[in-house]
Amino acid sequence: MLNNFPLWPEQASTLAHRVDALYIFLLVVGGMMAVLIFVLLIYFAARFRHRPGVRAEQIEGSNALEITWSVIPFCVFMVIFIWSSALYFKERTPPADSSEIYVVAKQWMWKVEHAEGQREINELHVPVDRDIKLIMTSQDVIHSFFIPAFRIKQDVLPGRYSVEWFHATKPGVYHLFCSQYCGTQHSGMVGSIVVMEPAQYEAWVSGNPSGPLSASGEKEFAELGCSSCHRSDVQGRGPNLQGVFGKPVQLEDGRIVTADENYLRECILDPGSRRVKGYQPIMPTFQGLVTDEQINELVAYIKSIGANQSGAKTTARAAPPFTGKAQPSGNQVQ
Amino acid sequence: MSMEIAIPQTVERENYLNKEYGVWSWLLTTDHKRIALLYLVSITFFFFIGGFFALLIRLELLTPAGDLVQADTYNKLFTMHGMVMVFFFLIPSIPAVLGNFLVPMMVGAKDLAFPRINLLSWYLYIIGGAIMLHCMLTGGVDTGWTFYTPFSTNFTNTKIVEAGIAIFIAGFSSILTGLNFVVTIHRMRAPGMTWSRLPLFIWAHYATSIIQLLGTPVIAITIVLVACERALHLGIFDPKLGGDPLLFQHLFWFYSHPAVYIMILPSMGVITEIIACFSRKRIFGYHFVAFSSIAIAVFGFLVWAHHMFVAGISIYSALVFSFLSYAVALPSAIKVFNWTATLYKGSIHYDAPMLYAFGFLGLFTMGGLTGLFLAALGLDVHVHDTYFVIAHFHYIMVGGAVMGYLGGMHFWWPKISGKLYPEGWARLAALIVFIGFNLTFFPQFVLGYMGMPRRYYDYSHMPEFQVLNVLSTAGATVLGVGYLLPMIYFLWSMRYGKPASDNPWNAAGLEWKTASPPPTFNFDEEPVVTWEAYNYDELDAPPQKQEVTVG
Amino acid sequence: MADSSTIMGLHQEEEHHPQLLHHFADAGQQRDAASLGMWVFLATEVMFFGGMFCAYLIYRHWYFGDFGAASKSIDATLGATNTAVLICSSLTVVLAVWAAQTARRALLIGMLVVTMLFGLAFLGIKGYEYYQKFEEHHVPGASFSFDHVPIPGHPGEYANPRHAQIYFSLYFLMTGIHALHMIVGLGIFTWLLVMACKGRFTPEYYTPVEIGGLYWHFVDIIWIYLFPLLYLIDRHP
Repeated sequence: MLNNFPLWPEQASTLAHRVDALYIFLLVVGGMMAVLIFVLLIYFAARFRHRPGVRAEQIEGSNALEITWSVIPFCVFMVIFIWSSALYFKERTPPADSSEIYVVAKQWMWKVEHAEGQREINELHVPVDRDIKLIMTSQDVIHSFFIPAFRIKQDVLPGRYSVEWFHATKPGVYHLFCSQYCGTQHSGMVGSIVVMEPAQYEAWVSGNPSGPLSASGEKEFAELGCSSCHRSDVQGRGPNLQGVFGKPVQLEDGRIVTADENYLRECILDPGSRRVKGYQPIMPTFQGLVTDEQINELVAYIKSIGANQSGAKTTARAAPPFTGKAQPSGNQVQ
Repeated sequence: MSMEIAIPQTVERENYLNKEYGVWSWLLTTDHKRIALLYLVSITFFFFIGGFFALLIRLELLTPAGDLVQADTYNKLFTMHGMVMVFFFLIPSIPAVLGNFLVPMMVGAKDLAFPRINLLSWYLYIIGGAIMLHCMLTGGVDTGWTFYTPFSTNFTNTKIVEAGIAIFIAGFSSILTGLNFVVTIHRMRAPGMTWSRLPLFIWAHYATSIIQLLGTPVIAITIVLVACERALHLGIFDPKLGGDPLLFQHLFWFYSHPAVYIMILPSMGVITEIIACFSRKRIFGYHFVAFSSIAIAVFGFLVWAHHMFVAGISIYSALVFSFLSYAVALPSAIKVFNWTATLYKGSIHYDAPMLYAFGFLGLFTMGGLTGLFLAALGLDVHVHDTYFVIAHFHYIMVGGAVMGYLGGMHFWWPKISGKLYPEGWARLAALIVFIGFNLTFFPQFVLGYMGMPRRYYDYSHMPEFQVLNVLSTAGATVLGVGYLLPMIYFLWSMRYGKPASDNPWNAAGLEWKTASPPPTFNFDEEPVVTWEAYNYDELDAPPQKQEVTVG
Repeated sequence: MADSSTIMGLHQEEEHHPQLLHHFADAGQQRDAASLGMWVFLATEVMFFGGMFCAYLIYRHWYFGDFGAASKSIDATLGATNTAVLICSSLTVVLAVWAAQTARRALLIGMLVVTMLFGLAFLGIKGYEYYQKFEEHHVPGASFSFDHVPIPGHPGEYANPRHAQIYFSLYFLMTGIHALHMIVGLGIFTWLLVMACKGRFTPEYYTPVEIGGLYWHFVDIIWIYLFPLLYLIDRHP
C-alpha cells in the first residue's frame, strides 16, 4: 500500500517495515504533540487577544503543571527510546548464518567481492530472502553505505572493518548511495543493489569463472609466505589458524579477545600490538604490502579453514562445528 | 508611506549615538552599545554572503543534473555556507548584537565588565572574518563545515589550514564575549537586582556563555590538531599510523553539538521577553524557564555522540547517548509549555515582534519534535546524513535562532535606534519569512525520508527527487525576500522612522527605563531595583494608582 | 590575550581613584571582576588542554608499550630540571604578589625579574630537548625514524614506529602549546615589570600582579601534569 504512495521510499527488506512502523509511530506521537501545542497557541492567541479595558491575569506558575508536562513527555520519550533501541540492536546485529560479502570503498566507487569470487563495481547482486552481511572497509576516507529501500546505513572507515546486514524481501533494483561526504564526486558514488530470485542469482553466480574468495586467499597465504609459520600440520613459529576464527584468543598481556575479522586484519597489518600468548614477536608487518582486497581474501581463507576442518584438528572446546559464517558473538565489528 | 520626519521636541538628548562622530569614535569605542552595532553590521554582511551561497545551492538543486556549477564548486558552496553561517553569523548573532547591547542594561550596569576585551572580541571576529573571506576568495574549502578526518587532513587539497585559523580566531572572539557576560552577570548587577529578578534573557545568556567558555576551547584545540596534522604531518587522527578518525568526530561534536545551544538559547531568551511583553504577563513558571536554560547548557555537553550513531561507535554507547538526547529534549519541551501557558489569560497584542515569536514557537516545535526522530536510534540509521537532518537543524537554527534574532531586533529596535520601524511592513516580513521557511524546508523532511543524501550536487540517478527540490528552491527565494525586507526598512527607519519614546511597548525591564537611544553610560543615575521581573501587573495598573518606579 | 587587556583597561580613567574604571561602582567590584574574569579564562584553558589530554589518554591506553618506549627516549633529567625550575618560579611569583601587597617595590621588581629568568631557563632547556629530538629524527614527518627501539619490560619486542609517531606528535603539541603559554606569560610579566618600575602598583591596587600570577601558576600546573604523563610513562629504576 505504502509502495504506491510516491512520497514514501520503497520497502524492500525485513528492516524497512520495522523502521517505517517506528517512523509512523513517531509521526503520530509527534503530530499529536505538535497539534496540541498549535491548537493551544492559536486558541489562546485568539481567546486572549487584547481588548481595551481587560487586563491580563497574572499567574505565577504551577508546580503540578510543570511536573505533569515534564513527566508525560518523558514517559513518551522512554517508549520511543526503548522501541528504537531494540530496533537498533536488530539493525546492528547480523544474524548468525548470513552470507558474507566484502565491500571496499574508495574515492569514488564501491568495490564488491562475493565469497564465490565475483567482483563488481558500484553494483551488488544479491538473492532475495537471504541474510546478507556486508564486511566493509575503505581505502581512503570515510564513506557510508546507504540503501534507502532497506533503511540501512553504516559508515565505512579506513583501517578497520564495519559491518551491516540486510534481508531483501523483493526482487528489484534499488539505490545505493554514499551518504558520508567523501570529496569531489561524492554524489557520483552511487550504485544499484540488484535483488534477484534465487534461481536467477544462481545463474548469475555460475556465470563467473574465477574461484571463490577463500581460494584466492589460500593462494595469497602461500605466496606471501604465511604458510611457512602458520602451519596446520605441525607446530609452527606462528599459531595454527585452523578454526581460530570466532574463538577467544589469549594475548601476551593476558587479555582475551575474540578472533573476529577486525582482529585478523589487525594481526596482518600490525602483528606486534595484540600478539597471541606464547609466540615470539617475529611476524613482520604487512602494512603497505597487501591491498585491502588481499586482506579480505586472507580473512576469507582463514575463516574457511575453520569451516572445513573444525572439530578433529583444532583443540577447540566442545563448541558446535563451525559453519564458516559469522559467529554470533557480541563482538561484532563496530 | 508618510514621510514624517522627526520633529525635534526640544534639543536632542545626548545619547550613545550622537555623543561622538567619526570613524574612530566607532572603531575605538569601548561602549558595549556601539560594539553591538559594529557586530550588527558585520554579522549582517556575513549573513548575506552565507545566504548567497545558500541561494546558489538551491539553484543547483533545481534540476537533477549538475548543470549550474562544477562538483568542486558546489562542495565549496555548501562548506562555505555552513562555516559562514555557523561561525560568523549564528554563533555571534544574538549574543554579540542583542546580548552585547542589552546584558549590561538589563542587569543595571554602565557597561560590560571588560569593555576593552569586548572591543578586542569584535576585532578578533573581524580578523577571523577577513581570513575567512580571503580563504573563500582564493579557493575556499570543500570538506563540509564538519572537517571530517582523514578527508580534511590527508585528502582534500583545499585551504583547510586557513579556514581553521579563521575559525580558531573567531572562536576566541566568542570565548571573550562569554567571559564578559559571565563576569558582568556575576559582578555588575545593580543594587536589588537579585538572581531571581533577572530577566530570563539574562539567564539564557548566562547558560550560553557557559557553553561558549567550556565548549569553544575544545573546537579550538581540535582545529589545531587538524591543522598540525595537515601542515606539519603530525599524526593524531591518521588511520595509517593507528590513529582514530572517530576521535576527531568525538572532539568536534563535543563542541559542535553544544554550539547548537549557543545559537538557540539566546533566541529562547529573546522569545521569553517578547511573549511576556506582548501578553502583558509575568512569564509562567519563571524558575522552571530559568533553570531549564542551565539544564540545557549542562546536558548539551553530554549528547555529542548522537551525531555518530552510524559512524562506528559501539551499540552500548549509542544507547547512552540516545537516552541523554531524550533527557536534553525535556528542558526545551518545558520551555515551550511555559511559553504557551504564559499566553493563557493574557492580553495579547499582535505587533511584529510577537508575530516572530509565534513563528519561532511553530518552527522550533517542529524542529524539536523532529529531533526526537533523529535521537531514535533505529530510525536515525535511516535518516542520518539525509535531507531529513538538513531540514531538522534548519528548523532549529534558522527557524528557531533566526526567528528569535529578527523578533528581538524588532522588539529592541526602538531602543537601539531611537526610531520606530514601519509596523505594517514588519508584519508582512514576518509572514513572508514564515511561509518561505516552511516551503523551503518542509519538503526536505520528505526528501530525507525518501533517502536523498545530503551534500549531493547531482541527483540525476534519482530524478524522482526533483519535485520536492523545486518546491524547496521556490521557498528559498521567498525566504530570501523575507530576509531582505527587514534590512531595507530598518535602514529606512533610521532616517525616516518616527522617533520612539523611551518605552514604546510599555515593557518591563531596566533597559526600558532609560532613554531611547540610551545615554553612553546607560542610566542617568544608578538604578535600584525594588520590583520582580516582568511586573506587567504594575505597569498596566490603572493610572490613578501612583506608579512607583524608582530609578 | 584576555588578561593583558584586562590589565590595560584598569588604569585608564582618572575619576575618583586613578585606577578605578568609570563603569565600576568601587575598587572592590573592579578587583572581583578582574579576578573572576581570570578564573573563568583559566577554565577555558583547562578545556583547551583537555582535548589533547583526552587524545593522549586514549592512545596511551591503546599503545601503551609503544608509548613507554617512546617516552623512554626523552631525557627525563631535563624534564625533571624543568619541573624544578617551574616550581621555583611559582614561589617567586607568590613572593612578587606579596611584595606588591606590602608595598615592597624593590622586592617586587626583583621577584618579577627572577620569575622571568626562570621562565627563560625553562624555555632554553625545552629548546635543547627539542634539538635533541630533532637530531634523533624523532620529529614526526617524512624523516621520522624509530626503528628497533625495545619496549621496556618486554625483551625482544620493538615499538611500532607508527604508534611512536603518535606519541611524538602529542609530545610536541602538548609541550609546544605549553611553551607558547609560557611565552605569553613572559610577555605579561614584562609588562608587569614595566608597570612596577613606574610604581603603578600599591597595596590598594595590585590586581594585575595577582591575576598575572594566577596565569603563571596555571601554566605551571599544566606542566606538573605534562611531566609525568610524557616523561615517566614506563620508567623503572
